[in-house]
Amino acid sequence: MQTRKKYIFITFFASWLLLFFFGGDQIRRLAFLSRKKAAVLKNWPRWTDRSFLKSFADPEELQSDGGLHKQSAKARRASRMNIYKHSRCRMETCFDFSRCEKHGFKVFVYPVEREDPVSESYLKIITSIEESRYYTSNPEEACLFILNIDTLDRDHLSIQYVHDINDKIQGFPLWNYGRNHLVFNLYSGTWPNYTEDLGFDIGQAILAKASFYVENFRPGFDISIPLFSKEHPQKGGERGWLYQNSVPPKKKYMLAFKGKRYLTGIGSDTRNATRSCSWTDGRGKQESSPGWETGPGVGTRLNGWGLMRALVCCFSSIQAACIPVLLSNGWELPFSDAIDWSKSAIVGDERLLLQVTQRPGACQSPILAFQQQTQFLWEAYFSSVEKIVQTTLEIIKDRIFHRESRPKFLWNTLPGGLLALPEYSTHLGDFPFYHLQHGSSPSGKFTAFIRAVSPVVSLSQPILKLIQAVSRSQHCAQILVLWSCEKPPPPRGRWPQTAVPLTVIHGRRKVSDRFFPYSAIGTDAVLSLDEHTSLSTSEVRRGGRGGGRWDAATQIRTPHGRAGCQGGFTSCPRISHWDNGGDPTGHCFYFPLGPGLMPPPLQRITAVATRLPKGVHCSGWDRSESWGVPGSPSPAVSSGNPRFSQRQDCLNQFAAWFGYMPLVHSQLRLDPVLFKDQVSVLRKKYRHLEKP
Amino acid sequence: MCASAKYNTRGPALIPRMKTKHRIYYITLFSIVLLGLIATGMFQFWPHSIESSSDWTVEKRSVHDVPVVKLPADSPIPERGDLSCRMHTCFDVYRCGFNPKNKIKVYIYTLKKYVDEYGMLVSNTISREYNELLTAISDSDFYTDDVNRACLFVPSIDVLNQNTVRIKETAQALAQLSRWDRGTNHLLFNMLPGGPPDYNTALDVPRDRALLAGGGFSTWTYRQGYDVSIPVYSPLSAEVELPERGPGPRRYFILSSQMALHPEYRSDLEALQAENGESVLILDKCTNLSEGVPSVRKRCHKHQVFDYPQVLQEATFCIVLRGARLGQAVLSDVLQAGCVPIVIADSYILPFSEVLDWKRSSVVIPEEKMPEMYSILQSIPQRQIEEMQRQARWFWEAYFRSMKSIALATLQIINDRIYPYAAMSYEEWNDPPAVKWSSVSNPLFLPLIPPQSQGFTAIVLTYDRVESLFRVITEVSKVPSLSKLLVVWNNQNKNPPEDSLWPKIRVPLKVVKTTENKLSNRFFPYDEIETEAVLAIDDDIIMLTSDELQFGYEVWREFPDRLVGYPGRLHLWDHEMNKWKYESEWTNEVSMVLTGAAFYHKYFNYLYTYKMPGDIKNWVDAHMNCEDIAMNFLVANVTGKAVIKVTPRKKFKCPECTAIDGLSLDQTHMVERSECINKFASVFGTMPLKVVEHRADPVLYKDDFPEKLKSFPNIGSL
Repeated sequence: MQTRKKYIFITFFASWLLLFFFGGDQIRRLAFLSRKKAAVLKNWPRWTDRSFLKSFADPEELQSDGGLHKQSAKARRASRMNIYKHSRCRMETCFDFSRCEKHGFKVFVYPVEREDPVSESYLKIITSIEESRYYTSNPEEACLFILNIDTLDRDHLSIQYVHDINDKIQGFPLWNYGRNHLVFNLYSGTWPNYTEDLGFDIGQAILAKASFYVENFRPGFDISIPLFSKEHPQKGGERGWLYQNSVPPKKKYMLAFKGKRYLTGIGSDTRNATRSCSWTDGRGKQESSPGWETGPGVGTRLNGWGLMRALVCCFSSIQAACIPVLLSNGWELPFSDAIDWSKSAIVGDERLLLQVTQRPGACQSPILAFQQQTQFLWEAYFSSVEKIVQTTLEIIKDRIFHRESRPKFLWNTLPGGLLALPEYSTHLGDFPFYHLQHGSSPSGKFTAFIRAVSPVVSLSQPILKLIQAVSRSQHCAQILVLWSCEKPPPPRGRWPQTAVPLTVIHGRRKVSDRFFPYSAIGTDAVLSLDEHTSLSTSEVRRGGRGGGRWDAATQIRTPHGRAGCQGGFTSCPRISHWDNGGDPTGHCFYFPLGPGLMPPPLQRITAVATRLPKGVHCSGWDRSESWGVPGSPSPAVSSGNPRFSQRQDCLNQFAAWFGYMPLVHSQLRLDPVLFKDQVSVLRKKYRHLEKP
Repeated sequence: MCASAKYNTRGPALIPRMKTKHRIYYITLFSIVLLGLIATGMFQFWPHSIESSSDWTVEKRSVHDVPVVKLPADSPIPERGDLSCRMHTCFDVYRCGFNPKNKIKVYIYTLKKYVDEYGMLVSNTISREYNELLTAISDSDFYTDDVNRACLFVPSIDVLNQNTVRIKETAQALAQLSRWDRGTNHLLFNMLPGGPPDYNTALDVPRDRALLAGGGFSTWTYRQGYDVSIPVYSPLSAEVELPERGPGPRRYFILSSQMALHPEYRSDLEALQAENGESVLILDKCTNLSEGVPSVRKRCHKHQVFDYPQVLQEATFCIVLRGARLGQAVLSDVLQAGCVPIVIADSYILPFSEVLDWKRSSVVIPEEKMPEMYSILQSIPQRQIEEMQRQARWFWEAYFRSMKSIALATLQIINDRIYPYAAMSYEEWNDPPAVKWSSVSNPLFLPLIPPQSQGFTAIVLTYDRVESLFRVITEVSKVPSLSKLLVVWNNQNKNPPEDSLWPKIRVPLKVVKTTENKLSNRFFPYDEIETEAVLAIDDDIIMLTSDELQFGYEVWREFPDRLVGYPGRLHLWDHEMNKWKYESEWTNEVSMVLTGAAFYHKYFNYLYTYKMPGDIKNWVDAHMNCEDIAMNFLVANVTGKAVIKVTPRKKFKCPECTAIDGLSLDQTHMVERSECINKFASVFGTMPLKVVEHRADPVLYKDDFPEKLKSFPNIGSL
């Protein structure tokens, strides 16, 4: 008994000793660390004499910056030009800005000669530039030059490899060490290591290259472009694959891995050989490529094999509205100057791959936003060669005309930098797109814009009535008359007396003049009218109110009562100039797009810009116009009408020019809330609208 | 400890049975054990309080008493900064690892005084600003005192101003830091780099792989994505209080306040002044100040004396011209004054340019273009100038104001690189609080038109009106685009009718039984909802025609981010009562639609259930009313857009229940609904509802046109 007790005591004692030596520390940590942490944390000491410490720099020294320096600014600039060349090029040292001053941003393409075969992709690039509004055929006025030598594929094992580029370009009188030249490249180097060697000296030319390695990238000078295959469409391009916002975004795999390697390394076709395997948190699975579009929720791009990065993958993952998780260390992301990739991809370190899985699933909203943003980026900048080229040019233009350049916000918000033109304004509030994000609202007034083509002879002429009707609207801020008639406009006294200022602008006799961005337009909203239009003030008020309140990015039309060519087609001003079907209240912004983006009519551009229903129907007779205010008569259009067929041609022409049909169907029109309701007319705000 | 406690309780029970001599023996042993335990406790837990109290004494120390470290002349020097360093090559992310808070851990080395072999100081021990900076880091969430858990190391060696340090010796001091390891994961702060005569744009102290937070980088020395460009702190901003100046005309258009400008620049500026007269003001150092007036606080133009930096508030644009260095402290003063900086410093990397969008708050003009400055600036519209001024001031308040804000912004940028999935967004960095507050970021911002083939899911909330429910089901099933019908059975006391009793319809019908009779069950994001579009419909809405419903769905497809409903309601401000009022009269405006029958995106179900602000959800469940108003508020608040009322319908009037539609009931109903609006408006902090004057009708609605050719002929009942 006693010995047993003794043993018990000894055991207790021993355990206590053990606890003391080994366990104490752990227990202390467990039980007391959290409570005592604040006290334990050794902060940076509060020195007793901290207020007596000297400042890091004498204020005088700080303000005069080390006294007078001797080197003159001009001398410094000159020496800088000599030091920072070639691999250290920057716009200030390797680009001749003075070439762009006189004629603006003009791009010259060396004429393609017959003996130099150019690959399909390069031809697409050249065509895109030649069709752009910056193209010039005169090298004298050019600011930027594009070679006629195909530099896209610089893998010397490839059949498309062009030899002796160095000799060729040295022979060009305009080459000038590559100054103001833009060189496109998709593939460089060859198997096995894919160095970024182009095989010729690009000198001071700007390099627009796919899969750019950060180390060779000259920041602010070169441009990283996306890799595209030769099947990539010239224009238009496929819409993204996100048709719906499924919530919660359910995909089969949370994380899918997509890497790329070159299996044989020769020829561009095999380069498309991509490898994808789905990868679910440690439980690896292999999956073949085609399942890519539907399966993965997150496309991880990881480069396990070569230095070349998986760019086609980047594309497919964007188009499939996955979230690219970019884990390619050291790779300059496409259009990184403009695009804020963190809004559409988780840009992480390859080494922290496992952490990425912590992110998705936790909350839905960022994934939803990522998906939409990815889709927007695809459609705005990547879906066609034209867009890629245009984005490249716009980025360079932004650097040259720094004052008139887009803030990053414009590039990363719908409708994107290619449609938000800085020539129009760099102020966000001037565009119709950003009011919501910016917490502002469009002005509540509109400018009535009337294009007059016939001389004023009598007081009963419709234009005078129209001016009076419009000016009675409380939302009308000013009236502009575009005088496109050979006869001079009547003197001031002959115009009707209006409460709002009336201005007469002299225009040329062109239909698209109507959409010229006149600086005299002082409001956001514009009501565009024809001189024959007959409108009641009530109708105008409706349109005006709607325009301000509704959604500044959509067009509101007030179709008027002219029988005949109502058909549902809007302005097609190039061909039919006598009577446009409608009178759109456009936002001021669409005006610069008109002349800016070549000939397309306003409605179309608006449709492209906003992608909201514009309500024009192709078959032309079963539905009329959306955004229409009631009062439009039945659109009795016979398809035998010659004007109708002209307009049909118009449509086809423009659709071809855009590469796709940007117009959107709509089945609704907006009426006043009490429109044609069986209530007292006195209750109704827009009672005159109901008269036929 | 547990063991001893057990022993103590068992002990006394044993004792009486023992012999006396043993008893003493045991008691002695007991006390020894007890004493030992107490001692253990003392030993284990005391030392830390002892340590912290010794810390306390350390805190009382002065900077002069810090330990001195002697550097041998031949101690190693780190290599020069590696220009090719990037996060993935020179930074050890494994040190940061996974972290639930997504915050990097920053360790600060203890302060030491470094001397060379002859006892000469290597640098000033620490400047006031660097001490402030380290204090700020130490007080922040980033700080850790555990060197083993740290991800980023900040040496306490002060290199803010290169001219105050001895380059070689400082480098040696860096190299002997305990965790230096070629500078990996070390962060140095430097504001004034370079020295005469050539003024390098980055710190000249050899620093190997260390990250540099530098003021005055040029594009050639800045390692994008690795270094952080920081401002040059202006100590004036702590001294002078400049209240924010509202928008409005300012006296001068362009102002230059810098002293010691290069004569070439000065002559350029003077030419500008000669051309444009009064609107351009070129200031310089005062030469004839009386004694005792600090020259840094005064500027002169000819004989006129101006207070600096107050004078900056008088100008629309203020010139920030490069000097020997690219980074200038005047930039900070200019931003503080809410003056738009004109930055004339070619190749300068503006502070925090990785995250800040300087195009919205400054004008950058190439040095060569200086003579054209005036015309360039005049082309900027007034509205934009005002916004730039606001933006400039906001940048100062958030990122320039103190050493603390500079330090925290720098660490945040590095943190964002390491934890990209928890990074701050462009908007968070750039939008001033006023914009953040008023801006709306629509969760469904991409203008998609969902495919018609997808159809919609109808959700019928029901309690026990089975007959009416069946009629609703039959009616709704006639709508061509219906793809599924979901009945939410809210009655816990009664089971839904048997399967065989339900009407036979062409689409799947699913019954969900709820656990509690709550109104919010109607807006729960059920997994059964597979379509984007949801039609919420009450079990007594039998008057809607198939055309009306189908048209409603078509309208929703064109506006998938809005609430599309039938009868519209309005909120009005009651001036007498000074509060909101609910209005169901036939007005010319609408701001809400009833969700007795309404189409909306499924995402709003998710938001309603999980993201509804405040206690609105519970309030609705408790009052058994106003769930539709809550939904209207929610959608308008997140999208910033108004509802769409379709078709002329004004109310849901069930033919059978006209009798109870009494006037008094109506009145209490209106009062209750008004109360809801006021309650919700106070929870949201604002009135998110938008008023519109239109409704959507089919394109040929009531047009003089053969009915049979219209797509939706059967619309028009009120």
